[in-house]
Amino acid sequence: MFEIFGIPSNALFGQLLIGLINGSFYALLSLGLAVIFGMLNIINFSHGAQYMMGAFAAYLLLQYSGLGYWPALILAPILVGITGIIIERTMLRWLYKLDHLYGLLLTFGLALIFEGLARNQFGSAGLPYTLPDSLRGGQNLGFMFLPNYRAWVIVASLIVCLGTWFVIERTRLGAYLRAATENPTLVRAMGINVPRMITLTYGFGVALAAFAGVMAAPIYNVSPQMGSELIIVVFAVVVIGGMGSILGAIVTGFGLGVIEGLTKVFFPEASNTVIFVIMAIVLLVRPAGLFGRRG
Amino acid sequence: MERVVDPLVKKPSALRTNSETIAFVVMIAALVVAPFMTYPLFLMQAMCFALFACAFNLLIGYVGLLSFGHALYFGWASYLSAYAAKAWGFTPELAILTGTLTGAVLGLLAGALAIRRQGIYFAMITLALAQMMFFFALQAKFTGGEDGIQGVPRGTLFGLIDLRNEMAMYVVVLAIFLAGFMFIYRIIHSPFGEVLKAIRENEARAISLGYKTDRYKLVAFVLSAALAGLAGATKAIVLQLASLTDVNWPMSGEVVLMTLVGGLGTIFGPVVGSFIILIMQYKLAAVGEWVLVIQGVIFVTCVLLFRRGIVGELANKLRIKL
Repeated sequence: MFEIFGIPSNALFGQLLIGLINGSFYALLSLGLAVIFGMLNIINFSHGAQYMMGAFAAYLLLQYSGLGYWPALILAPILVGITGIIIERTMLRWLYKLDHLYGLLLTFGLALIFEGLARNQFGSAGLPYTLPDSLRGGQNLGFMFLPNYRAWVIVASLIVCLGTWFVIERTRLGAYLRAATENPTLVRAMGINVPRMITLTYGFGVALAAFAGVMAAPIYNVSPQMGSELIIVVFAVVVIGGMGSILGAIVTGFGLGVIEGLTKVFFPEASNTVIFVIMAIVLLVRPAGLFGRRG
Repeated sequence: MERVVDPLVKKPSALRTNSETIAFVVMIAALVVAPFMTYPLFLMQAMCFALFACAFNLLIGYVGLLSFGHALYFGWASYLSAYAAKAWGFTPELAILTGTLTGAVLGLLAGALAIRRQGIYFAMITLALAQMMFFFALQAKFTGGEDGIQGVPRGTLFGLIDLRNEMAMYVVVLAIFLAGFMFIYRIIHSPFGEVLKAIRENEARAISLGYKTDRYKLVAFVLSAALAGLAGATKAIVLQLASLTDVNWPMSGEVVLMTLVGGLGTIFGPVVGSFIILIMQYKLAAVGEWVLVIQGVIFVTCVLLFRRGIVGELANKLRIKL
């Protein structure tokens, strides 16, 4: 043990770790928002609710079918992603020709429905989700104690984020996606099924949120309001980073998580608001956002 | 927003004025008779929310700006006027003025930041700033945290009229509501309002015509925030309570819902919408969390099927302007 700026190293690195964990969720969620916005031109307000649904899907899989963490990590995103595909096919599809704001209002309504249903069914109190045995315990690094599960969350979300970046920026499928974002009519004329791509993109973005939800389940309690609190912070993250760049969303997400963690150590009263304050400063200095184009 | 073609654009303006005047007279008549038929307290609360929704509608309906954080001005005005009346012993008119100014100042600060980005980002910025101020309200000492500010004295208006009398209070709230409503009507039909509508229809063209659109948007934002503040301050005096509910994000969502149900960009829509939503909340108080689900269903239904809202659909059917 040693001290940095009068703070015990254990506390400092502990908060840094929590910051990185929060940052992984910010990155995963803002990445999903950016991917959806790119293709659908809609801000998915229900993203937080779908994150919550991922956590509840994992909880229910464990309670009723005895499927543990690892199967849930695959199954929950698929299940929630399917509900996303149904939403896109039955509702969002009718809004593409209207102003963007209608998409925001519709998904806000959906978020209320999902959160309300979850509260009716499970109450407002959080439900615990037990850690898988394989990820219990931790490593003593000398200057801090590193729980295995938290290390896994950071590594896994980095892999998923960078994987998404790779698919979109470096593969043929990603090239189609980017082309359809720029000019859907032209891409359609070349024989590519753009409406199906849009549907699958929304499903994928929603699945990313659910994936984050499953990973969050053992750390935070599984509760109906876990998403609505988070999504507003993620909106601020998106405003800071701008939605133009995938890598930008990932960097901003992790970076802000760390800054928030450090604020908890040095100035705890401001830890709830620091991201919003940074947003205000960024708007003053660089209105388009750190990685964004004006718009 | 979806452009609704004005059905009367080629008809004489006298008819348009008529339909609005008739609706206005009907509204006043209903509000004068109503306290003898139902609870005045409920009506006063509904009028505060109606003014709040009208203020919000000024932005979304006439400038095309979706502010998803209007609870910020409503809630903070409510806190400041409650505190002024309780701790500083302000008379009600001064307390309400304090709240209105609070709304205007906060609107100036938040608006100056938010208009730096357009469209979807504008909505996210206003929401995030409102959430930041929610946390400030949660941590600040004077707001009373989870308890809020309770037992706010209604006081005597101008030192003459005792507002503990329910009917006196009702008349004051009705006067404030009508003044705010007519002020908004005047803004919309002024040359300034025409520029706002031009910005809503095509901002780039308004800029090319030489209008400094950012300034117009900021002034509209401050006016809307001040009126939302007036509504929040009045609510604090009427209900003698300012609490975290008024400043939290579900309140921002509720005012969007009220305006959407009534009709975005219609003059009477927000009033109708807020009465409907409040009646619904009272009737459904027993079913608890289902209110959230029902609100969500109304949102989805309105966006998919009734984008004009109740008043907008009615005006469209009758080919009149409301």
